[in-house]
Amino acid sequence: MLDKADGQIFNGSVRLVHAVGMHARPAVKLTKLAKRFQAHISVRVAGAPDWINAKSVAKIMAMRAAHGSTIEIKASGSDAEAAVEALVNLIATDFPDEAS
Amino acid sequence: MRGGANGLAYRGRTASIGFAHGPFVRVDADAGGERVAGNLAEEALALRAAIETASGQIADLAGVAGGEAAQILEFQVALLDDEDFIETIFASIGEGNAADVAWRSALDAQIADYNSAEDEYLKARSSDLADLRDRVINVLRGGAGLPLKVPGGAIVCADDLPPSRFLEIDWSDGGGLALLRGSPASHVAMLARARGIPMVVQLGAIPHAGTMALLDGEGATLELDPSGEQLRLFEKRREMHRKSRASARAILRRPTAFWRGERIKLLINIQRVEDLDHADAQYADGIGLMRTEFLLSERGGLPDEETQFRAYDAVMRWAGPRPVTIRTFDAGGDKPVAGFTIEGEANPFLGLRGLRLCLARPEIFAVQLRALARAAVRGNLKVMFPMVTSADELEAGRKLFADIVQRLRAEGIAAMLPELGIMVEVPAAALAIATFKAAFFSIGSNDLAQYVLACDRSNGALAPLMDPLHPAVLELIARTAEHGRRAGPSVSLCGDMASDPRCVPALLNCGLRELSVNAAALAQIKQTIDRLSSGGALG
Repeated sequence: MLDKADGQIFNGSVRLVHAVGMHARPAVKLTKLAKRFQAHISVRVAGAPDWINAKSVAKIMAMRAAHGSTIEIKASGSDAEAAVEALVNLIATDFPDEAS
Repeated sequence: MRGGANGLAYRGRTASIGFAHGPFVRVDADAGGERVAGNLAEEALALRAAIETASGQIADLAGVAGGEAAQILEFQVALLDDEDFIETIFASIGEGNAADVAWRSALDAQIADYNSAEDEYLKARSSDLADLRDRVINVLRGGAGLPLKVPGGAIVCADDLPPSRFLEIDWSDGGGLALLRGSPASHVAMLARARGIPMVVQLGAIPHAGTMALLDGEGATLELDPSGEQLRLFEKRREMHRKSRASARAILRRPTAFWRGERIKLLINIQRVEDLDHADAQYADGIGLMRTEFLLSERGGLPDEETQFRAYDAVMRWAGPRPVTIRTFDAGGDKPVAGFTIEGEANPFLGLRGLRLCLARPEIFAVQLRALARAAVRGNLKVMFPMVTSADELEAGRKLFADIVQRLRAEGIAAMLPELGIMVEVPAAALAIATFKAAFFSIGSNDLAQYVLACDRSNGALAPLMDPLHPAVLELIARTAEHGRRAGPSVSLCGDMASDPRCVPALLNCGLRELSVNAAALAQIKQTIDRLSSGGALG
């Protein structure tokens, strides 16, 4: 089921400017947005060994991404490009309320 | 533990005064309630249904609670929606574990993980997860679609209780709250005091189950399955409390309180319009603090001008010629509001809150000021700004307000600029009190003490340090009162100190002659002043 469309993977990376890091409210917003896309989306703190499902709030919270860390995003699937762009934008704009 | 025939007695700290005698009900999931597990498919279905029910309950609660509670609950809903997370639990059921066992062990692992975090914020999330864990288990054990099943008048015992769960319980038949941890400064304690529900916190471990309990909010004791003798003594204490309240109520009916020949004005604090229904409210000299944040937690987002005007007008009509002090939105800090407050501040208590936030969001502030300017023509309205640091902020607020009054008049709408004052809660404002051109000052002793003592007032671990009678706090109160005496503006105090009989002598000695208290405390405070006045030892 994964990487079905054409196997193409889109990447993005963005600095986490949120003052307290990836805490509950940002994590909820990020997963909610990710779930709007069909694509399989993974994130990780730059350099971390494992990629994490961007649609799992428990795993996003467990990632413990701190303020100022860089978040890498990769996605595959029909709307992967739009998904990466949307998530980068969400994190870069510090999780504004309208995005949820 | 004097005689073997006596039930067990525990002592904690008072969070809300009062007495309750009723069935003892533990609301943590650990208490009793076994369930019979079915086969694999049945267990999976049971968990699926329980998650759905819990999710619905939480969404309903979030709708009612609004604000901070809603955001915390949203995280719980997201977790129930997390397929990766839920999948592992179903896998565990597939391995033969019962639904509640699988659920509990997954949640406990998460909770332990959060508890081990360095980060205080993540640690605090573990209580949200415990709340979620217990909610689903409660449903699995036959709590069905109903929220917390608590019989009327029960003594509810929990480790700690989030405000949302307090709101789920039907307190109309009385009852009491006994917390093993918790803090008298918590939101739940405020809710309990506002409703007159006795509450004792920090009881420590209560390893025993009981059927009946006695809760004495004054002596801060909980007694389980009391003996006849314990019950007799409890009833005696309750009766003494009732008598003292009755005599306090007799004093309440006297027109004024006096202390050393000076009149002491006693006003009341209200959180919402319905608080005026309290039987004692009518005896107040006015409203010293009407909070307006309740307007921000209604369904359907920020309140429009008409909704606000109706609320303010209702209070003005109730008060007649008596003064009504309405505080503009005090959002931010521990009171986030979606679409209004700033998210993710590292230290929200020192962030954009109170008047700072209102000045930063003039489009929201303007709606409130318009409603207030219209209400001002209805009676004796005073408006105060919260969380003011410098005189420039007061003047900026005044200018906005004056412009709005002009605009309303240009539109042909009756409006006027009410008297403007400030809350004194930032130490800088208290120290530079003479720089403010305010018509009145109201000391917000909760925040003032928290800022002066550098103690988070919701942190139970700091309770011994969080002493509002610390000389530094009293010094600032005395300076503010002294300024009022010299320069003219009236000075009152509207924090929890005013409703605490133990603090009243110190406040009067600081020079305060106006106190604003919860309606439920009005009788007791009037009685306290009366006693001090008639030569009480504390004077």
